[in-house]
Amino acid sequence: MNFELSDEQNALQEAARDALSRIDTVAAAREALEDESKRADLWETAEAAGWTGLLVPEEQGGVGLGPLDAMLIAAEAGRTLAPVALLGHLPATLLAEGDELQQLAAGEKRGAFVPAMPPTDLDHAWTVDPQSGLRRSPAPSLDGNKVTGRVHWVPDAAKADLLVVIAVDGTEPKAVVIDPSQGGVKVEPVVSYDQTRPMAHVEFDAAEGKVVSASADDIARAWSVAQGLIAAESLGSVEEALERSVQYSKERYTFGRQIGSYQAVKHALVEVLRLMENARSLMYYAGWAGQDSPEQFTLAAHAFRVGAGEALDFASRELISVHGGIGATWEHDAPLFFRRAQLSRRLLGGTASAADRVAGELLAEAGARPAA
Amino acid sequence: MDLNDTPEQAEYRAKVRSWIEANKAGAPGLGGAELGKEEAWIAERRDWQRKLAEGGFAGVTWPAEFGGQGLGPINQVIITQELQEAGVPGILDVIGIGMLGPTVIAHGTDDQKQRYLAPMLAADEVWCQLFSEPAAGSDLAGIQTKAEVQPDGSWKLNGQKVWTTNAHFASYGLILARTNSDVPKHKGMSMFIVPMDAEGVTIRPLRQITGEAEFNEVFFDDCVIPADAVVGPVDGGWMVALTTLLFERLAIGAGSEGFGYRADRFAAAIASDPVAAADHDVRHRLGKLATDLLALRFTGFRHLTAIERGGLPGSEAALGKVTAVKAAIAAGDLIADVIGPDALAEGEWAYLISFLPGLKSAGGTEEILRNMVGERVLGLPTEPRLDKGIPFNELRALEKEGASA
Repeated sequence: MNFELSDEQNALQEAARDALSRIDTVAAAREALEDESKRADLWETAEAAGWTGLLVPEEQGGVGLGPLDAMLIAAEAGRTLAPVALLGHLPATLLAEGDELQQLAAGEKRGAFVPAMPPTDLDHAWTVDPQSGLRRSPAPSLDGNKVTGRVHWVPDAAKADLLVVIAVDGTEPKAVVIDPSQGGVKVEPVVSYDQTRPMAHVEFDAAEGKVVSASADDIARAWSVAQGLIAAESLGSVEEALERSVQYSKERYTFGRQIGSYQAVKHALVEVLRLMENARSLMYYAGWAGQDSPEQFTLAAHAFRVGAGEALDFASRELISVHGGIGATWEHDAPLFFRRAQLSRRLLGGTASAADRVAGELLAEAGARPAA
Repeated sequence: MDLNDTPEQAEYRAKVRSWIEANKAGAPGLGGAELGKEEAWIAERRDWQRKLAEGGFAGVTWPAEFGGQGLGPINQVIITQELQEAGVPGILDVIGIGMLGPTVIAHGTDDQKQRYLAPMLAADEVWCQLFSEPAAGSDLAGIQTKAEVQPDGSWKLNGQKVWTTNAHFASYGLILARTNSDVPKHKGMSMFIVPMDAEGVTIRPLRQITGEAEFNEVFFDDCVIPADAVVGPVDGGWMVALTTLLFERLAIGAGSEGFGYRADRFAAAIASDPVAAADHDVRHRLGKLATDLLALRFTGFRHLTAIERGGLPGSEAALGKVTAVKAAIAAGDLIADVIGPDALAEGEWAYLISFLPGLKSAGGTEEILRNMVGERVLGLPTEPRLDKGIPFNELRALEKEGASA
């Protein structure tokens, strides 16, 4: 039994924290709200550290590490709201192949995963997030090597050099590598509530691409890895939010005593800790399953998404309320974590659909045959 | 990360497994005692513990000189896992072997160790823990049960204890009592061993919402115990009690799934209803509570790792109970919503639903756990205390004054 990080993983985490501390990405996150060009861009940091090829096997120019290592780095990025572009890039590297994969691994090109959500026990189609509303949109269609369709709210797509698009040929999902600068591809950057994410809606009109050999299982795995990464970013933001909340609750006095001594404040901060520790355990579960128990990976990654999402929702609101009115002002950092929480919970299928998938996986295992 | 056994652990597990295989035909059932058959149930479970002890599978973490095996907590975890896997019960006297025996080993005299430990291990004498009182739970150091020294050096006990598991068939109890009321409350307590059949001891079962009487109330009226019944220093009982509570923490850390609240168990209860299995609200609630239970399970593996490395889980381990209770309450609500009022009739779900409100406060209320974790883990300041440095008898007077104002 060993269910803690290895020495190498601790070192990886520390190195990431150090590398990400050199730019004040939290301040940049505020500036970017009014001027998008002020958004920090840590691609060079990612490239120099070898994160761009983290999940790519060594013989293909990568580092050959696993999902847990990637999640540890994402968590560090989440602490400082650092735009490292790995949420879009890393899942793309799981599907690309050949020259493109080597370019992505080396960081010469930035990838973006243009995801489709795998079928569930209730919905048998591959779908994408809609631009608005609850009805999910069909995944783009594939005809030969031509992709047609529209995908909304794609993380890191606005600055990508290569798109790895999930499109459906009949009922079979395929991954297609597409150069966004070519004809038939429209990338519409969107101004988002959390400007640390360069997001876009992407439209394909018979856009030609390279269909790669990835199977439906590979594609579903890339979706789960993306769930794990966005969850890990959230967990990192929770850690930072809790540290800041605790710090302030020791400095601020009311009625002659520190506010952290009041049970009303203390219990809420312990609730953040409880949700955070639960999410951390789920990250380890997802990392372990991703490496050693693939049949549990879907369940584990989505449970992590649910747990980390709930933790960040609560922690980001608590960070504001511990600070009182000042915590809700533009000048304060707390709203930047709140913005991160608000947008994250609605991306990549949203945390609600992740909860549904957790239930679906467990019900299917228990032999449920849901009524149509 | 590796959830597998080390070679030594695998070897030990194989040994445990083959012993269980050879002996499980004689094991009692897993269930509790049926009404009217309590004595037979207790006798069976005593025999089973004796057998486990003879096989070297009870008190494995106790030193060899006291009948244990001198092994680590991870060996205890392996035994518990294998017993569960085989569907046979573990030892009867979990509290004695897990917490009270180790306390005697840490603080008792040589004579006490010689006299009490071997019969405890063999279940010839079961023990109970006499700490909580009607007016002292979260604030355990506020106990009022008195032990007064007699001219011959013996002690006279007066007071009431509550929430005492197994008291009705226990031979001995470890009791925390006040020996000096003129000093602040933490400084005036002592720990004693009391025979449960001594004159002046009255035991009454305490029925809970479930209808069962898992606990007892125990009354002491001029109950006299000998001078050598003291465990640890006179007036040094608080330190002894902390040792017991430390072993409790270890037990909780090593068995966080011990309540049987598992995501797959609750999912199975819903899976049989096709309409429920397709209902969005049901699925959302199941997905959330299952996430909590999965987190609990893998947090347990983190605690085991800490234990295996020779440490203790951090104080935040106490939050595992909060998560377990919260998720199980959500599960009970959901399953009963799906089944309807039938779920509240006798059976698995009615029991779960009725058991949880009490579990929420057992082993420390949620509020006191959050205080403890907030202060120890997050380093948050304590609340100002009104009892600090005040002699216990003055404090009682102040409390009485406040209550009547």
